[in-house]
Amino acid sequence: MPSRIIIEHGSKSKSYWKDIWNYRGLLYFLAWRDVLVRYKQTSIGIIWSLLRPLMTIAVMWFIGWLFGSHVPEGVPRILVVCAATLPWSFFSSAFSDASNSLLVNSNLLSKVYFPRLLIPISSVLVCLIDFLISFAILLFLLVVFRFNPGWKICFLPLFLGLAFMIAMGTGLFIAALNVKFRDFRYIVPFIVQFGLYVSPVAFSSDYIFKHKSIPEAVKFIYAMNPMVGVIDGFRWCILGNSMSIYIPGFITSIVISVLSLILGVWYFRKTEKSFADVI
Amino acid sequence: MSVPAIKVENLGKQYILNHLSKERYTNLRDVIARRAKSIFSSDPKASSSKEEFWALQDISFELEPGARLGIIGRNGAGKSTLLKILSRITEPTNGRVTIEGRVASLLEVGTGFHPELSGRENIYLNGSILGMDKAEIRKKFDEIVAFAEVERFLDTPVKRYSSGMYVRLAFAVAAHLEPEILIVDEVLAVGDAAFQKKCLGKMRDVSGQGRTVIFVSHNMEAVQKLCTTGLLLHKGKLVTLGPIEQVTRKYMEGSDTGTALYDIPVPENKEKEYGFVHRIQVEDEKGNPVPEIPVGANWQIRVLFRLNRVTPSFVAGLGLVSYLDFPIRTSWSQPADTNAGEYEVLFKNDDLMLVSGQYKLVIGLSAEGKTFQYINELVTLSISEISTLTHNERIVNQESGLILNPMNITITPLK
Repeated sequence: MPSRIIIEHGSKSKSYWKDIWNYRGLLYFLAWRDVLVRYKQTSIGIIWSLLRPLMTIAVMWFIGWLFGSHVPEGVPRILVVCAATLPWSFFSSAFSDASNSLLVNSNLLSKVYFPRLLIPISSVLVCLIDFLISFAILLFLLVVFRFNPGWKICFLPLFLGLAFMIAMGTGLFIAALNVKFRDFRYIVPFIVQFGLYVSPVAFSSDYIFKHKSIPEAVKFIYAMNPMVGVIDGFRWCILGNSMSIYIPGFITSIVISVLSLILGVWYFRKTEKSFADVI
Repeated sequence: MSVPAIKVENLGKQYILNHLSKERYTNLRDVIARRAKSIFSSDPKASSSKEEFWALQDISFELEPGARLGIIGRNGAGKSTLLKILSRITEPTNGRVTIEGRVASLLEVGTGFHPELSGRENIYLNGSILGMDKAEIRKKFDEIVAFAEVERFLDTPVKRYSSGMYVRLAFAVAAHLEPEILIVDEVLAVGDAAFQKKCLGKMRDVSGQGRTVIFVSHNMEAVQKLCTTGLLLHKGKLVTLGPIEQVTRKYMEGSDTGTALYDIPVPENKEKEYGFVHRIQVEDEKGNPVPEIPVGANWQIRVLFRLNRVTPSFVAGLGLVSYLDFPIRTSWSQPADTNAGEYEVLFKNDDLMLVSGQYKLVIGLSAEGKTFQYINELVTLSISEISTLTHNERIVNQESGLILNPMNITITPLK
């Protein structure tokens, strides 16, 4: 028995999430396309996936070394930098790609039907693949420095999931806004750049949280940035006992991530029906 | 009686045209500025003038499974909007559509094709965008490649394809979909005649298997060949629904003959001058007033006028001006001394083939080399996109130039 489709103004599909599941094949192909296209006509191809994060790590390491930022005893600086750069790169690329994803695929939006949510999801997935590839760099460094992270590394997927939620939530929200207000196309790079300065990529959160002269209010505002929780979590998982997690900050991170995901999905669903008319 | 494959009830789609901002998308800055302004102004509507525009209104029809519907109408009649609603790309403002089964729509050739990807990769990508799953594509892969005739170029990026190959590949993927309902917009306009024929055949096969096909085209020949039922839209409203021959004829005749007849207001100084024109008609070659002339068909202009007194060296002239005010042609009668009375002059065009579009007609009457009536910017000749040319349809567009008259061309082998 074939399915029946009813098209009406404002009709809410009861099978919204089921539809997305049914279209998972397309999700795969969209992600596959982006991965394939990325390095076409480059001479070193997939090596760029390693080279790009390597260059970022090198720059961050150099900045940290130049300013002599605090590094715990017995931990190589490069590992401290790497543990933060990887999740940050994942977030920043996933967030900006998802934000622009609808505009980039506007021809699809106006010519074919499929659950609109697939487009930003697929761009976040592509960034996740990049993250997994670049993770090899971290593993390599751990081996080179004979550094054993211990059992805590099991919690890594949890923090990765948190980063995924933040990127997805904020990305969906901005993507939907971007369809109508192209201003956000210019705001996104700024948010990413600003985020890099207020997230503990080139420095360590310990410096903020343990510093007596910094007022509590500032510490709280600092912890409102959900990426603080993610990056501290990554360092805690990878670098082991030498790093501590600031629990109130961590909880704030989780709450804000969940809220951003809910807000993002809500706003996206609210506006997606008019995408084809305004884009 | 079976359940209709598609049931459309009172469908309407409204767009709000915002006359304030000419940009396609809004600027946040503008929105904020406008909000700020409206706080201070007493009339909330003062700052923006919005116009409601109904792209579609009160459309209702039903289609049995296996039906082949051709939707026709002039540009802006709402054909594309209807297809977009049926394929769930945009949402209607009111009304309801009930569809039984899976819908695949082909509103554009090669939607989602990526120029950097190879033919093989694009088959998979495009197939999945159109709603096929991986196993289905794999099963039909060879068939698609054979249909598109691109075996040798499977691993070449499609950016290096000729436009013909590109279209063939794109259509081949879509043609191998197996939805219950297939929606096809004007996509056959591209591609050569042989391939068009192949596509039409394929679409007929599709409906032979009990699938429903909805097809939009300006090519009346193709619509008549493929479809059994026709639906004529005019300015967002349904004009006729019925057997295809009846609907295409209605479309060709034009929905109102008003634009074929021009009554010219009598000039105030009618007694002073030699005479005046009171009516102009645009006609087909058989003398029926028609608002639109198909490309390639002959046409004639009939001008009715009165002469008040004997007019020495009387000349009636007709000028043809393109819409960009470029004069194309002028013809005039032999000067002759003419008596007073009612006359008609017939300008028959049986040699010039103009490309589709709008042309201005200029009509002048003169005596002894002096023009006493000059009618400009009033009469329009429309050459429609519907073609009577069968062979070289695909080259008939604005890029082919204004004049389509074939030259005398001979190709001779050298020894």
